[in-house]
Amino acid sequence: MTTSRGDVLTAALTAAGAAVAPDLARAQEHEDDHDHGHQAVPSDPALRVKALESLLVAKGLVDRDALDELIDTYEHKVGPRNGVRVVARAWTDADYKRRLLTDADAAISELGYGGMQGEHMVVVENTATVHNVVVCTLCSCYPWPVLGLPPVWYKSAPYRSRSVIDPRGVLREFGLDLGDDVEVRVWDSTAELRYLVLPERPANTETLTEQELAALVTRDAMVGVAKVTAKREESTA
Amino acid sequence: MNGIHDMGGMHGMGPIERERSEPVFHHPWEGRVFGLRRAMGAWRKWNIDVTRHEVELVPPVDYLRMSYYERQFAAFLVLLQKRGFVTSAEIEAGIPASGSAVSAPALTREKAAQLVAKGVPTSRDVPVYANFRAGQRVRAINANPLGHTREPRYVRGKLGTIDRDHGVFVFPDTNAHFLGEKPQHVYSVRFAARELWGNQAAPQDSVYVDLWDDHLEPA
Repeated sequence: MTTSRGDVLTAALTAAGAAVAPDLARAQEHEDDHDHGHQAVPSDPALRVKALESLLVAKGLVDRDALDELIDTYEHKVGPRNGVRVVARAWTDADYKRRLLTDADAAISELGYGGMQGEHMVVVENTATVHNVVVCTLCSCYPWPVLGLPPVWYKSAPYRSRSVIDPRGVLREFGLDLGDDVEVRVWDSTAELRYLVLPERPANTETLTEQELAALVTRDAMVGVAKVTAKREESTA
Repeated sequence: MNGIHDMGGMHGMGPIERERSEPVFHHPWEGRVFGLRRAMGAWRKWNIDVTRHEVELVPPVDYLRMSYYERQFAAFLVLLQKRGFVTSAEIEAGIPASGSAVSAPALTREKAAQLVAKGVPTSRDVPVYANFRAGQRVRAINANPLGHTREPRYVRGKLGTIDRDHGVFVFPDTNAHFLGEKPQHVYSVRFAARELWGNQAAPQDSVYVDLWDDHLEPA
């Protein structure tokens, strides 16, 4: 992860050219001159965050139990396995699929999911001729109740910048080469609608149960950067 | 604002780096930042649009250099001071200034669980006229506000088609500046990839962008 951030920065600075260097130097001086505000990359974020947490708790602004609850929920309880259940249900229950595509909030809440950053859900269906892929170019909007918190690549400048201008190139980087017979639809999450891709059900899976199908579904397929294959190759969820 | 955050369509950001078996948080402090921001949000001294805009105000060189949670932390520190929760002296000292107690109770574990389960809906059940309907051709307005906007640069001045009306929502462009919710209709607007990017794009491809009534004009 650290490497990837470094690479992103290196790439950005290289692309911007040598003219950036003096600005960067000035920005560094600027940081050294000030002890608060946007300019500072915390020298030791672990210590600075810990100090801030202690301060907010001491002031009665934050209850540590609530803090632990929030972190634990997204670290351990909410994740792509929720979305996986939604997809497998839609693949095996035509009525559910219809409800999911017309009123996603209600259909997703039938399985017990909903809430923060999934208050207003939209599900888009991938088929043999339509491929949907989701991005948030302006920040990192992502459907937390069904996919959990987003991976670093989803929040990264390369994905956010290129998904809208070169979705086919981005998909090729994920190993998905789409032909001219496929229409690509990119969904930029600029409002409070949160998008979940219903992947195409792989061929030759007619005999599989809902649970067996669920085992095939990946997070990446539900963002739209992968397809679901009959044999799941590696765990990304 | 025409900031670095509005990066749709930019080149030169490098390859997409993926990590196998990626953890939710790479360091414990990232989780603490995530939780602290949510817990402090419960005081309702800001809203989601305010927090997004504060991240946009991170200078571009820092924005690109920082990780996601570094940006969030930097913006959070500024917001805590702007809204009067803490002073820079307190942040440096790590202890409250004398006599700075809070009377109301902080978000509890039970309330935190409710917050997660219910979220913070931004739709508004108020009658607002919809300026457009599905199938209608529209143009995204050409505007370059200094403040927050959810209309990305790459659609400004471009022609699109209303795909669907999502209903009435808070308008971030005013809400981010405490200028009111100004509820209005949000639509998915379909832009042909070639309208946005020219002939390098595949003719059958498109980009769907969620835009508010104030971002659109009849075409």
